[in-house]
Amino acid sequence: MVEAAGTLEVSIWRGGAEGAMQRYQVPARGNQTVLDIVTHIQRELDPSLAYRFACRVGMCGSCAMMVNGRARWTCRTHASRVIGADGRLGLRPLANLPVIRDLATDMAPFFDKWARARGRFQPKDAPDGAVPQEFHVVPPASKQRREADAGIECIGCGVCHASCDVVAWNPDYLGPAALNRAWTLVNDVRDGARQERMEAVAGDAGCHSCHSTQSCTERCPKQLDPSAAIAGLKRSLFWDTLLGRRA
Amino acid sequence: MNRVAQGQMHLWIAQRVTAMVLALAVTVHLVTIILAVRGGLTAAEILGRLRGDALWLGFYAVFALCAGLHGAIGLRNIAGETLGWRGRGFDLAWLGIGLATAGFGIRAAWGLYAA
Ligand code: SF4
Ligand code: SF4
Ligand code: FES
Repeated sequence: MVEAAGTLEVSIWRGGAEGAMQRYQVPARGNQTVLDIVTHIQRELDPSLAYRFACRVGMCGSCAMMVNGRARWTCRTHASRVIGADGRLGLRPLANLPVIRDLATDMAPFFDKWARARGRFQPKDAPDGAVPQEFHVVPPASKQRREADAGIECIGCGVCHASCDVVAWNPDYLGPAALNRAWTLVNDVRDGARQERMEAVAGDAGCHSCHSTQSCTERCPKQLDPSAAIAGLKRSLFWDTLLGRRA
Repeated sequence: MNRVAQGQMHLWIAQRVTAMVLALAVTVHLVTIILAVRGGLTAAEILGRLRGDALWLGFYAVFALCAGLHGAIGLRNIAGETLGWRGRGFDLAWLGIGLATAGFGIRAAWGLYAA
């Protein structure tokens, strides 16, 4: 993995939709993350390299890229863990999104899907956004609270969206992150937009296209389970329809 | 709900419900085959069991209907994802194919019933 001289062979996508891989030699260091490598290249070798990061500690979700073909958060990925037996590291922009330049993708379609899935909290008692009169008591052990908790820590990194075959086949598909978000809100007893949200996530562009293959769950760096959230949406819509509850 | 999404969801529900029915029907079908071949399978023996029996007719009619719909909806999804065949026209065509397949099965069951 580390070559004789202690350098790494790194190839990086340069360009937009059209472009090519470009090679760089980067000094190998202990405890180096993939993001450290990209930052080294941009600061020391090629200031024109475009990429995105902010927090560097796994909170903001902005640093995701394809690392040797697999979507990962690069600030929390140690280079030593991902460099293949051939000693090479290949970095490309996050899959399933338009490339702006180099390693920076346009995240707008990803977040537009959150909006389409009604990923915004809609207070039940105060549709106009005013502070509600009464506070809801939400017991931490209640089933709904636990369902919501399971998906709430999403950082919006897009790793799951880049790992989902159905997104690749059908660009309209809302994808695991937006549907996971919708499921946390469906389980939020304070939320008043369940009906609209369930309607927004139904059909071929919504939860019904998911194959439950769990790439999203496997790849999510926050160990969330969007696949289970989507199964929850399908189950709710199934019974809503069969029992004639409006859905 | 928007009509298109609702229709797509109904197809999904139909596929799950037919899957449940098929799980049961295939089991009954297999057990029947295993029991039937033990006595040597002859046309006369099959007709003896099925001719004039409304219960078997009903069973095979439901079986054929579920198989036809289940298969066509599955093919619709595969064609949509791999070939990009999406939209109302394709959906209607698949529904037609599913019902036609079911029709062949039901006609065969009827043939044995009325033989
Ligand atoms: S489980 Fe569903 S959402 Fe997750 S990767 Fe598979 S198809 Fe995509
Ligand atoms: S669900 Fe996980 S992988 Fe998907 S955007 Fe959220 S944190 Fe990232
Ligand atoms: S830079 Fe914020 S999550 Fe990686």
